[in-house]
Amino acid sequence: MTDFLTALIAHSFLQTALLAGLLASVGCGVIGTFVVVKRITFMAGGIAHAVLGGMGAALYYGIDPLLGALAAAILAALIIGTVRLKWQAQEDTLIGALWAVGMAIGILFIAKTPGYATDLMSFLFGNILLVPPRELWLMAGLDGILLLTVGVFYRQFLLVTFDEEFARLRGVPVTFFYLLLLCLVAITVVLLIQVVGLILVIALLTLPAAIAGHYVHSLAGMMGVATLLGGAFTTLGLGLSYAPDLPAGPTMILLAGGIYIASALLSHFITHRQARRQATI
Amino acid sequence: MMTPTPAVLIENLNFSYGAARVLEQINLSIMPGEFIGLVGPNAGGKSTLLKLILGLLEPQTGRIEVLGQTPRRAARRVGYVPQFPNFARDFPISVVEVVALGCLSGSAIWSQRRAADRAAAQQALAEVEALDLATRRLGTLSGGQLQRVLLARALVSAPEMLILDEPTANIDQRVEGEIFNLLATLNQRLTIIVVSHDIAFISAYVSRVACLNRTLLDHDTAAVDDHIMSQLYGGHIRRITHRHPHHD
Repeated sequence: MTDFLTALIAHSFLQTALLAGLLASVGCGVIGTFVVVKRITFMAGGIAHAVLGGMGAALYYGIDPLLGALAAAILAALIIGTVRLKWQAQEDTLIGALWAVGMAIGILFIAKTPGYATDLMSFLFGNILLVPPRELWLMAGLDGILLLTVGVFYRQFLLVTFDEEFARLRGVPVTFFYLLLLCLVAITVVLLIQVVGLILVIALLTLPAAIAGHYVHSLAGMMGVATLLGGAFTTLGLGLSYAPDLPAGPTMILLAGGIYIASALLSHFITHRQARRQATI
Repeated sequence: MMTPTPAVLIENLNFSYGAARVLEQINLSIMPGEFIGLVGPNAGGKSTLLKLILGLLEPQTGRIEVLGQTPRRAARRVGYVPQFPNFARDFPISVVEVVALGCLSGSAIWSQRRAADRAAAQQALAEVEALDLATRRLGTLSGGQLQRVLLARALVSAPEMLILDEPTANIDQRVEGEIFNLLATLNQRLTIIVVSHDIAFISAYVSRVACLNRTLLDHDTAAVDDHIMSQLYGGHIRRITHRHPHHD
């Protein structure tokens, strides 16, 4: 860890990586909380994997892959969301299909683009050390959109994630807010792909919020704690992977996964003990 | 003298889920201030009729008017307490937040009335005698406490009519009496429709009973006899007359 701190001061690419991790953790904390409480992890996984189609196409046509990823993620979110609202029985099949078709399209485009192997691996598993400094501005902009939208419509999102039927009765436009929420999930997926790649994105999107949910019992509180945890996992993952020269993304995910399991056991133990104590009163 | 607009007017209503006919030729008129009990066997169409009145389903044929409007337009003027809440009990939300969300509406998307809505939520909780639960987490409530909170959520937007689907299905008899006494008080200013499986219990509170088993039979409470019961439930029914301790 000392080596990392010394290198961090010396190398600007490490500073950029650290900032990218911190910017990504804002999305993972705020939107990851909605994904966890609304139980749409599989949907978010579908969006994340379908993104490869957009990245591959953008790479092939010489456009910034991140913009291709953003377009594909939003398109996938709108398709999945519309099917979920209008055609509920087929929801999981369609997510699975979109998941695989998106990846297949991406792989075909990448296969026909020079530099295939390196790019594919960094898209799938991320490489935070290769984030160009100019991408930080795009990430900050995406964070700004997330925070502004959630800040303005916090209660509408809360109601739609909590009780869709009641929201509909109150005349709240459920379809609009549900699709908007999925678009925010899509933006977050793109933010996180920079850091851990599209295969591991789902872990960073859900684990910090799930750990926060063990101890915090308000949505806003969960968002705050999950953002801090996301920042801690990306920073520590980067630091721990530096000296042994391990890939940073998987190190972050293993760290988050290990702490999630420990936290789930601890929270189960605490709940069990409280229930026993109450039973004896 | 002008006749008041019915709170609910249903004419020649039919509804099917696919090929299965659930409601057939329903005609019902509920006047403002009435306290109606909707009873009938399971799968008799009670919840479907409520969803049609609330505008959550569209009738295939026939007409429904609620408070002089289409059901969907009128839904904001109606408070609803569902039988099975559509939310996860472990959702990270406090009681006062749940009730305050009842103030939201489609016409006030940009408004940020958080403090005012919170104050209204506390007032609604006080009305259902559950102000002490305000800061509790939703997941820690008992069945009876949850019903009171859902009732407060339905009341917080100052509705003109209240619709409750089996409000006391999962709670003990003492709390059931308390909740119906509360409804009787609310009936002084609100039209109330309550779905129940327990015709004997609700007949002590409601002014009229609508018996639904695909078709609808409408009766004064006193007129419900063995013949009507067996017609409704489709078999031999033995009626036991008994007194409830919470009627006054």
